[in-house]
Amino acid sequence: MQSIPMPPATASHSTPLVALRDVDKTFANGTLALQGLDLAVREGEFVSLLGPSGCGKSTALRIIAGLSEATRGAVEWPAAKTELAKENRIGFVFQEPTLMPWASVANNVLLPLRLQAAAADESAARVEAALGRVGLEKFSRAYPRELSGGMRMRVSIARALVTEPALLLMDEPFAALDEITRFKLNNDLLQLWQAVCTTVVFVTHSVFESVYLSSRVVVMAARPGRVFTELAIDAPYPRDQNFRTSAEYAALCRRASDALAQGMAAGGEP
Amino acid sequence: MTPDRFTRERRDRALRIALPIVVLVLGLAIWELAVRIGNIQPYVLPGPGLILQTLIADWALLSQSLLVTLATTVEGFLLAAVGGVGLAVLFNQSRLVEYSLYPYAVILQVTPIVAIAPLLLIYLPQPLAVLACAWIVAFFPVLANTTLGLNSVDRNLADLFALYGASRGQILWNLKLPSALPYMLGGLRIAGGLSLIGAVVAEIAAGSAGAGSGLAYRIAESGYRLNIPRMFAALVLLSVAGIAIFYLLTLVNYLALRRWHESALEQDQ
Repeated sequence: MQSIPMPPATASHSTPLVALRDVDKTFANGTLALQGLDLAVREGEFVSLLGPSGCGKSTALRIIAGLSEATRGAVEWPAAKTELAKENRIGFVFQEPTLMPWASVANNVLLPLRLQAAAADESAARVEAALGRVGLEKFSRAYPRELSGGMRMRVSIARALVTEPALLLMDEPFAALDEITRFKLNNDLLQLWQAVCTTVVFVTHSVFESVYLSSRVVVMAARPGRVFTELAIDAPYPRDQNFRTSAEYAALCRRASDALAQGMAAGGEP
Repeated sequence: MTPDRFTRERRDRALRIALPIVVLVLGLAIWELAVRIGNIQPYVLPGPGLILQTLIADWALLSQSLLVTLATTVEGFLLAAVGGVGLAVLFNQSRLVEYSLYPYAVILQVTPIVAIAPLLLIYLPQPLAVLACAWIVAFFPVLANTTLGLNSVDRNLADLFALYGASRGQILWNLKLPSALPYMLGGLRIAGGLSLIGAVVAEIAAGSAGAGSGLAYRIAESGYRLNIPRMFAALVLLSVAGIAIFYLLTLVNYLALRRWHESALEQDQ
């Protein structure tokens, strides 16, 4: 285990919202995906898991979501939010938009509420609000097929937000998009994060994306997957194009890049 | 789209409709000419004109038989749809049931229906036996395709349902069945044609026993009486019925999928 330089966490955020404690994950085929993973996510944070392919960052995300079981170790929800039903705690955005092609945009966003048998009239208002947040209120009756890749991803984000989750998990959500769309969605995501006051864990293999978005970047190493080190990104929010072109941003990206390179050097055979 | 390409596509579409018609007309003309020039007797080979006359003259009898066959086909098809989809859902929900019954569904499918029909006619009243034949041949493609569809659910979507704590029923109704719909409709399209074939086979088998009044029975009966023009007329009706069933199911398929599935979407310019 590397020594982890603690970020300058504010006192009020000292209790984690969710924490992985010494988690191992071995797949059925014997691959050791994670070993001794410790990760604490504090309320209100925007944490990125940055690492090369195969470092287990998506696996860690799935374990937090409860979609995958840790082979050893524990997932803890110590904060007061635990009284929320498990289903309400988490929103998940996949790498693909993962929309139901047979359902309209509104029905796709409605899905989490419908699965929880929420009241219909209240649900409709929440769906509308969620679509409004991602700027798609005019497309509620369209089908996913009729939207661009970026718009589909927005629908996916709206669906994740419709339950007002305490924790938003995002698994390389913008990896398949072109750079222009990705920058736009990066900005929109930051605005959303500040507007809805949620906590985000964001998986990415892009140094630039992780530094731009996060308040903390957790650099992971592969074989076996583990936390290598982490960087606090102290630049204030809101961040915009000025930050993206600033010397500060460039310097932070270099530090993250160096950390990633060291992690990969330490990470065994590629 | 350039106007040039537009006209080319229009010409292409016109050709696709016109050429088969030209071939049909030419074929019928050659047939008619061959019959007349060769002075071929109607009990050997009737010309298209005579077949059309027979169709009109015997319409009362033939339309009655058409209705009988169509009714059997539709009933067999509906039972196959319900049975095929129902069994597929059951297999999907319970592995034990699938392991227990699937081999027998295959056996039912691979045993030639012509060989089963006479047996069924012994044990069942004739209309029921015909219906059973139509069902046996039609249900398997529905079962096989729906099973494939139920197992072809997007994994991320399945994860999403799990994340929100969806029940088995919710997963089946909101995820698996919609995912399976295109496959199911593909199976139904095959089943429509097969149901007609099953009904015809059973009627022929029954016809030799002297019972029944469907179109296939008319063909068999006309054969014994050397009424070849009526055989052809009944055959034409059977073909038309088959074509109508196919296009009707294609239309249903299109209407159900046009908003979202690749197979039914109009091509982008």
